[in-house]
Amino acid sequence: MAFINMRTNEVQVKIVYYGPGRGGKTSNLEYINKKFRERIKSEMVSIKTHGDRTLFFDFLPFDIGKIKGYDIKIQMYTVPGQVKYNATRKLVLKGVDGLVFVADARAERRRHNLLSLKQLQENLAEYKKSIFKIPLVLQYNKMDLKDQGVPLLSLETLEKDLNSKLKVSSFPASAVTGENVVVTLKKIISVTMAAIQRELK
Amino acid sequence: MNYGIDQDRLIEIDSILREDLIEIGVDYVLMIDTAGNTIAKCDSGAHSYDVASLAALAAGNYATVDAMAKIVGEQEFSLLFHKGENVSIHFSMINEEFLLIILFGKEVSLGFLRLKVAEAIDKVRALWK
Repeated sequence: MAFINMRTNEVQVKIVYYGPGRGGKTSNLEYINKKFRERIKSEMVSIKTHGDRTLFFDFLPFDIGKIKGYDIKIQMYTVPGQVKYNATRKLVLKGVDGLVFVADARAERRRHNLLSLKQLQENLAEYKKSIFKIPLVLQYNKMDLKDQGVPLLSLETLEKDLNSKLKVSSFPASAVTGENVVVTLKKIISVTMAAIQRELK
Repeated sequence: MNYGIDQDRLIEIDSILREDLIEIGVDYVLMIDTAGNTIAKCDSGAHSYDVASLAALAAGNYATVDAMAKIVGEQEFSLLFHKGENVSIHFSMINEEFLLIILFGKEVSLGFLRLKVAEAIDKVRALWK
């Protein structure tokens, strides 16, 4: 739920990176943080375990300039991917405006992607939101592992598994090399802003 | 769904926070929503903080404590307070959507602060009546 401050003409937009554990959600934000460092005013916040796994969320604020006279402040979050952290995942989803689902393209993670997407749908439903209506982009991450001989799911399989009903934009990507990370970000910002702009008239 | 708060109400919120809290020596007052958005902020000018990160963390912290309360059968834990050597943080709930986060130093007593917070919250709530 974007907050529009009529006094400062500022809109705060919450975008959440969601997906199975070790799928590359934090790596997406780390790449964005590095790439746009000079435009990001504060440090990225990460609440993680000693084993470097996300415990609660990562947070990265990002100003994208003005739309229709409003200063747009994007606030990016990740959720913890591990199965046991669903209670905290739900907390992070509160007030979400746009979602990037980061799927893991490795063949061995096929079932985890499906379970995570299903749980996203259930978690959104608890906030009375529909996965079919909320601005959403899919990212098929870890494409770089193909060069190392790791068995990956084909794009056709990923599309069939995850996007046959949603029919949203999707991108093969590598959060480590940065391939399509910014493209994914631009797409989710544009679809989320399109949804919000309808109410900014 | 987006939501906005009109300019007049934001100005009134600002003056309540300033008169009731900044005036008694509080360093920083943040009104946030439970999703982590910053609704209003006032400060004494003594410190500058990374407000966006504070708001995100405070919303997460509050939500976590609230979820723990529900697990042990409590409606809520009414006092949420972190005491530091030089700076302390006091959290309170304005209503189901909004939280008040206060950063203050050693010179402000917790008892007096709680009294003033309760007054300020009543006034902010009254703006929605």
